[in-house]
Amino acid sequence: MNKARVNPLNTAAMHGALILYTLIALFPVFVILINSFKTRKAIFREPLALPDGDSFSMIGYQTVMKQGDFFLYFQNSLIVTVASLFFVLLFGAMAAFALSEYRFKGNTLMGLYLALGIMIPIRIGTVAILEMMVATGLVNSLWALILVYTAQGLPLAVFILSEFMRQVSDDLKNAGRIDGLSEYAIFFKLVLPLVRPAMATVAVFNMIPIWNDLWFPLILAPAEETKTLTLGSQVFIGQFVTDWNAVLSALSMAILPVLVLYVIFSRQLIRGITSGAVK
Amino acid sequence: MTALTLTDVNKSFGKVHVLKDINIEIEEGEFVVFVGPSGCGKSTLLRVIAGLEDASSGEIRIGEDVVNLTPPSKRGIAMVFQSYALYPHLNVRKNMSLALKQEKQPKEVIEQRVAEASRMLSLEDYLDRFPSELSGGQRQRVAIGRAIVRHPKIFLFDEPLSNLDAALRMSTRIEIASLHAQLGTSMIYVTHDQTEAMTLADKIVVLRDGIVEQVGSPMELYNNPANKFVAGFLGSPAMNFFPASLVRDGDTRTMGIRPEDLFQSDQGAFAASVTHVEKLGGDTNVIATIGDHNITARLFGQHDVAEGQILQLGFDPAKAFYFTEDGARDR
Ligand SMILES: Nc1ncnc2c1ncn2[C@@H]1O[C@H](COP(=O)(O)OP(=O)(O)OP(=O)(O)O)[C@@H](O)[C@H]1O
Ligand SMILES: [Mg+2]
Repeated sequence: MNKARVNPLNTAAMHGALILYTLIALFPVFVILINSFKTRKAIFREPLALPDGDSFSMIGYQTVMKQGDFFLYFQNSLIVTVASLFFVLLFGAMAAFALSEYRFKGNTLMGLYLALGIMIPIRIGTVAILEMMVATGLVNSLWALILVYTAQGLPLAVFILSEFMRQVSDDLKNAGRIDGLSEYAIFFKLVLPLVRPAMATVAVFNMIPIWNDLWFPLILAPAEETKTLTLGSQVFIGQFVTDWNAVLSALSMAILPVLVLYVIFSRQLIRGITSGAVK
Repeated sequence: MTALTLTDVNKSFGKVHVLKDINIEIEEGEFVVFVGPSGCGKSTLLRVIAGLEDASSGEIRIGEDVVNLTPPSKRGIAMVFQSYALYPHLNVRKNMSLALKQEKQPKEVIEQRVAEASRMLSLEDYLDRFPSELSGGQRQRVAIGRAIVRHPKIFLFDEPLSNLDAALRMSTRIEIASLHAQLGTSMIYVTHDQTEAMTLADKIVVLRDGIVEQVGSPMELYNNPANKFVAGFLGSPAMNFFPASLVRDGDTRTMGIRPEDLFQSDQGAFAASVTHVEKLGGDTNVIATIGDHNITARLFGQHDVAEGQILQLGFDPAKAFYFTEDGARDR
């Protein structure tokens, strides 16, 4: 873009809109964070006030630490999310590479079949999935969740990644073949680094719903030792009384790892390393 | 000795028959250029030779060996692509040495070959740079260097200069010619630029719609085209075609005459009305009409010709070509 021709007014308007949007998006997070450090009374008296000497309290965090096995839940959520993302990206990228790179009978059909999952929510199959998990003895194990989330993430991953992989120059892959790289080396060393931004997009899209999911943990893995964070936090929400301090503290802590993962992936989103490969 | 033999090679993509019964023989050390209009199958032919596409039928021999089933890296070929296709995450040195590393060559050999290639292409100062830090011409030289280090039996070039600007194209063309002289390896070069074809080739293969129209040295093709297509394809400006009946009553053939073979003459056969004049200094190109046929004449030197003027043009009958209705040459 030609910098000299950018109108400063346009830039200001653009940044203004973006900043406004950021504020709106961050506001709930901000409210959760400040209230997690307040006493119960203060939360209800002035929900938007910052914690001060009077209202400051760590009671929520203390409850969370005492109640249940919070670190175990945390660890479960992390394991499930990271493992699911890993498999979604690995298998999604491999399928996308095959679909975009090789000519074989039924290629288009296979692509459409894999994309079908985007339109059909996996929760429709919950009962069947539960039956399968019972039959295979995977109920109440993290594997049950990892498998389901991998299946849930694959359609979109294949769809997005194959589109990006089609754009990777054929000449580059052919140069690799002539230089004696195996198809695996071409995939891992040439193609994957070039579609890294797309991989990051897929990862971000998949990460949040997996981390936040309550449905499948509740149905497939409700046991104490396999509870995820979202499920674990439910103990503070009762039918009659809800321990808001604890809920807000648990949520605040749940935001952190997602934030870290997001920062890692979004750096990749921005970085483009294709420049100079092909004109 | 023959470096490459193609026997009845066919290639189809599904229903699309792209290469049709290609028979070509290339001698050791020969510089062969494939030319033809866009989409005629030049790149496909090159990729079949490289092993990046399988031939649907036919035999490909490199040296003595049938290589139909040999993977690209084992065929003893190296290829330079139009888009350079450098590995973006490797620096110049690693780009050049990757193939040798895959072959498990010893370190000293790799170092020595990279040094040799970078000296030939004056790339010594750029070995630690990444492709994104190089100019277009330098990138193309790295791509050529990556081919050289492998010491291939045959070099394959797919329109290597078409991304470069005119001046760079000329100097790189000369560089490739001198490289061929130094290395003495067979080279196959695809282009649709006929200056490149005429200046570089020992032998030109003219392709059209997947068929080899004619094979021969540049001058053979220029002086003795086998058919109307080849006659019209080589030479710039292109050969003029018009019904021979303009010159001789009752002749049903098509007559072809090159622009440079037309000259101004008061007894000339044509009275052409000038529509456009291009004064190039050394030559003057006159575009004119005879009846409803366009004709281009290339007059040597500078001429005062004005648009709208009637120009009397003559030609040497010995330099005229005749073609039958289906485009075949009629001698
Ligand atoms: N993978 C493919 N699938 C189907 N058709 C193809 C494929 N690759 C090439 N073709 C067709 O084969 C024909 C020849 O293509 P090719 O790339 O060899 O042309 P070319 O002579 O190199 O043209 P250009 O000068 O434009 O590079 C074209 O009509 C093209 O549409
Ligand atoms: Mg081509």
